[in-house]
Order: sequence, then C-alpha cells, then structure tokens
Amino acid sequence: MLCYFLRRTLNMVPAFFITTFLLFAVIRIIPGDPAQAQFGERRIPEELRQSYAERYHLDESIPRQYVRYMADVFTLDLGESVASQRPISEIFREALPRTASLASLALLFVTVSAVPLGILAARRKGSALDNVFLFGSLVLLAVPPFVLGLAAQLFVAVRWEFFPVSGAEHGLRSYLLPALVIAASMLAINARLMRTSLVDATGADYLQTARAKGMSEGRVFRVHALRNAILPLLTMLAINFGHLLGGTIVIESVFNIPGIGYRVTRAIAQRDTTMITGISVFLVLVCLVINLMVDLFYAWLDPRVRHEG
Amino acid sequence: MKAERSGPTRSTDAADTLVDRLAQPSADHATSRDASRHHLTTGRTRTYWQDTWAALRVRPLFWVSLFLIVIFLGMAVAPSLFVWPSPSAGNPSGAYCNLAQSRQGPSSQHWFGTDVQGCDYYTQVTWGARVSLLVALMTTSLTLTVGLFLGSLAGYYRGWVDMVISRLAGGVFALPYLLGAIIILSVLTSDEGRRLWQVAAAMAFLGWPALVRLFRSTVLQVGSLDFVQAARSMGATDRRIILLHVLPNAVGPSLVYATMSMGVVISLEATLSFLGVGMPHDSTSWGVMVAQAGDRIEQSPHLLFFPGLYLTSAGLGFVLMGEQLREALDPRQR
Repeated sequence: MLCYFLRRTLNMVPAFFITTFLLFAVIRIIPGDPAQAQFGERRIPEELRQSYAERYHLDESIPRQYVRYMADVFTLDLGESVASQRPISEIFREALPRTASLASLALLFVTVSAVPLGILAARRKGSALDNVFLFGSLVLLAVPPFVLGLAAQLFVAVRWEFFPVSGAEHGLRSYLLPALVIAASMLAINARLMRTSLVDATGADYLQTARAKGMSEGRVFRVHALRNAILPLLTMLAINFGHLLGGTIVIESVFNIPGIGYRVTRAIAQRDTTMITGISVFLVLVCLVINLMVDLFYAWLDPRVRHEG
Repeated sequence: MKAERSGPTRSTDAADTLVDRLAQPSADHATSRDASRHHLTTGRTRTYWQDTWAALRVRPLFWVSLFLIVIFLGMAVAPSLFVWPSPSAGNPSGAYCNLAQSRQGPSSQHWFGTDVQGCDYYTQVTWGARVSLLVALMTTSLTLTVGLFLGSLAGYYRGWVDMVISRLAGGVFALPYLLGAIIILSVLTSDEGRRLWQVAAAMAFLGWPALVRLFRSTVLQVGSLDFVQAARSMGATDRRIILLHVLPNAVGPSLVYATMSMGVVISLEATLSFLGVGMPHDSTSWGVMVAQAGDRIEQSPHLLFFPGLYLTSAGLGFVLMGEQLREALDPRQR
C-alpha cells in the first residue's frame, strides 16, 4: 500500500509540471500586452510599460519566468492581479468560499437524487420506469447548463419569485437555484453510473451463492450488491469534480455569483494574465489532488488495484 | 476486464469520462466477433453486425434518435429544405431582417418570432444546425483519429512509447475541460477572427486523452490473445496485426464514442459560444444566439426557447443513439 501510495504520488508530479508549464507558456503568448490591455485604446507611456515589464518580469524568457513563478507559488504567493492590482490570494479568499458553497450544495443535491434513482432503476431493470429514467436523464444531459440556468432564472426566479434572480447577497438562498441547475446537469451521469454498477454487481456469481445458501433477497442486495457497487461511486467523485468545475464556470456567470468560475471569465475578458495563471495553476493542483485521493482510496478498498502493474 | 474497467480512473472531465465509460463494454468483443466470423463461413448464424441490427431495430428509442439525427443532419446539409423560400447564401438570414420588427414573439408570419435585429428567428435557428453539427463532426473525427493512432501505438509497443504518450495524455487530462478550452481559445485566437476549425481543434486537443485510454486498453487486451500471437508467429508485420486483427475490436466502442461525442460537443460548442470564446459574434450558432439575446430574455423568452430546444433535441438525438448502440453492441445485454 505504501509502495502504491508513493508511486501514485510521484506520478502526479510530472503531470503537474507538464500541465502548468503548458498553461504558463500559452498564457504568456496571449495576444496584446497585459500593460496595454489596462489602457485600452490609449497610448501607454514608455516608462509605464517599462515598470510593468519589470514588475511582472515580462522581459525574461518563458522558462525563467515559469521557474520564478513556481518558486513564488510554493511560498503561497500567487502574485497580484494585473487588472485590479490586488493580491490574487486575497481575491481567492473572497471567491473560494462562494464556489465551495455552490459546489458542495450541488454535490449534495445530486447525491440525494442520483443514488435513490439509480437504485430504483437498477432494481426494476428493463421496466417502463427504468426507461423513463433513462430518457429523462439523457434529456437533462443534452440540455446545455447555460440554457437550463437561464430558463430556471426566467421561470422560477423572475416569474414565480421563488429564489433571488442573481448575485450572492442573499446568503444560502442565493445558491439554491444555481446549485439545483448544476445538480440537474450532473444527475444523468451519476444516476446512470449508480444503476450500471448495481446491475453489474447484481449479476455476479457470489450473489447466486448467497441466495443459494438461503440469504433473503433484501439482505443479498444490501450486504453484497450495494457494497460492491460503492467502488464505482468513488470514480463518480472524480468525474463529478470536473463537472462541478465546468458547471460553476458557466452557472456563476449566468447567475452573477462572484466565485472562482466568474473570476475566470472576468479575467479572460480583461486579459488579466496573472489572474488566469493563478486560477488555473490552483485548479490543476486541486484536480490532481482529488484524483490522487480517489485513486488511493480505491486502492485501499480494492487490493486488485494496488497490485496491478 | 472488470478490474481494468473499475480500476482507478484518472478522470477530471465529465463529458469525456462519461463517453469513455459508456464506450467501454468491449471486453467480450474480441471473442464474440471472432466467433461470429467463424460462423459466417457455415452460413447459418448471423454476423456480429446482423446481431447488432436485430437488437437495435426492436428498440423504439433507436428510431426516435435516428429520426432526430436525420432531421438535424438534413438541416445542416440542406437548410433550404426547411426554410422556404431560401435566403441569400452569403448572409443566411439577411433577406429576412427588418429592424422595425425587432424581438417580436412567434406569429404566423414568423413562426419563431424575430431576433434583436428583427431577423426571422426560424430561419436563423434552422441555419444554426450547420455550424453546430460541423463543429461536432470535426471535433469527433479529429479526436478519434488522434486517439486511435496514439492509443494503438501506446498499447502495441508499450515500453517508452507508451510512457511518453501516457504521460502526455495524463498532463492534458489534468487540465479541467471547460477551463482548458476557455484558456486555449481566448489566448490562441482572437474574438473576431475565430474560425470553426480552431474551436474544433481546441476541443479535440482536450478530448484525445480519453480515447487514448480506450484504445490503449483494447490493444493491450487483444494483443495478448491467441489469434494475435498466431498471426505474429506466422510473420505478420506490426502494421498488419494492428490494422487487421487488433483495431477491428475497437470498432464498436469507437462507434459508441463517436455518437456520444457528437451530442456532447454540440452542447459544449454552444456553451463556449455563449461564454464568448466559441464561434464569433456574427456566426449563426445557437450559443451565440442565446448570448446575443442577453438581458432581453426576460421580455422575449422565445429568444432562449427556440435555440435551446434545437440544441437539446440535436444533442439528445446523438446521446440517445450512442446509448442504444452501446447496449446493442454489448453481447452481455442480449
């Protein structure tokens, strides 16, 4: 187990550096210079351009800038935003809790709906109910989240005034509707995965054995089928993270919630290179760590995984 | 196969992983395909594809999805069949714009109402199918080609080739899909001059790692089977073995992947266009239409409803078809 842990952790290191370097290099060749972007169409004084270049080390080669940047990152200094001149870590402290509440609320909604739906569909495999679920979840999968978000905003918030229309000023209530929209777009994948893994698990031979020795159907389901279907749920966690991230980027801009996703779109529009780099390095790291944790947990639960290759 | 499939998934992207997972049930193909080929010579048993067709045609949802796909493909190839009389070629909806009639609701004259510029919305929305399906088709074929090539190289040669390809795939995989697409598109292309192929290339760049995994594992599994060993011992070249013996086993999963991917990409392109990093503002893309409706959706909900309806139906057609294919191609489900 320790060996597996070390191998997986070390595997993560090159992935982190490859990805962040690629990102860094790509962002640095952004068309237009970040100093100019702050001045719009006006001519920028030469001294000011110089001071910008010095301040953000724009004259150095990209690998050198990358090394310098990474050294800063590891001392938890993400630099400051070119557009607002504020430290990026400060902006993070503001935005992160919003995104975290939105994402965890969405995760909660999707879990409490997907798991029972998946179980129900798996137990009545092939029935009309199963097919209705399948069709419904695929419809939800096919609606782009921004369409769903705008429609929800229009009907539930504006027409019926159930929820605040946008912004994050109303505390938890302002996150409810966006979280529901994100959850709805994730429901299909989660419920399907739950159903498939349960169906796979119920077809296994050891269930026949359990039945043969006289175990009750309910106990067979709870003790043997459900437990073995839990493993794929972990995979679901990793999948959900990617989906949540995409969901928050879109939904935060639809609902004007100033979290991380909203900051991404803002930073892109303002050509705020340091902000884009900061956010993406952070998200790549989070993403890798979540995947690592899922893998390790997997290996802990399933010995076959850690002895493989 | 089971262990492989439920093994640790280094996945960060939902769309791809879904596709990846749904496209997976291929383990038994190697054997079942071979068996059916064998039976073919006796002339009594149906082939693998005949079996698949028999399983497909009894499913009502298969016909529903086929209907949707045919409609939208028709719309993309020959929009003039749906819009009558056909507008001028250069500016699809140019002939129908009347600024005095901006943002009118649906009527007998304008079935879907008019947009902000006073253009007939039915014409606009119908023409939107072309952009959407073209991007989806380009992205999917690009992803398939790259994934197929690199995946089979990695699975067949193993060793350092596998290591380099897998590392690279792992690096791209660590990049969250939507974030990656936004950064690549906004940085490498300008808002005004963005081309369709650039949008497709960006999505394909982020999508290939999932396919590399799929093909790599197929090749790894099949590569160790007896008939491949036999071919090798008879002196078949690597190329011949990969093309003739290994890859046919990946046809089923690729077909499922391609169909699902079409649906997912349609939705993604619209999302990117909506966020302003997809198709340029003057293009007839469903995402751009919704974005341009902007704050006026509240007063004119039809500006959201019709592109949204088309987007959903087109996406649904492909996703549903992928699902039907997946079940029909999987021998265990029969």
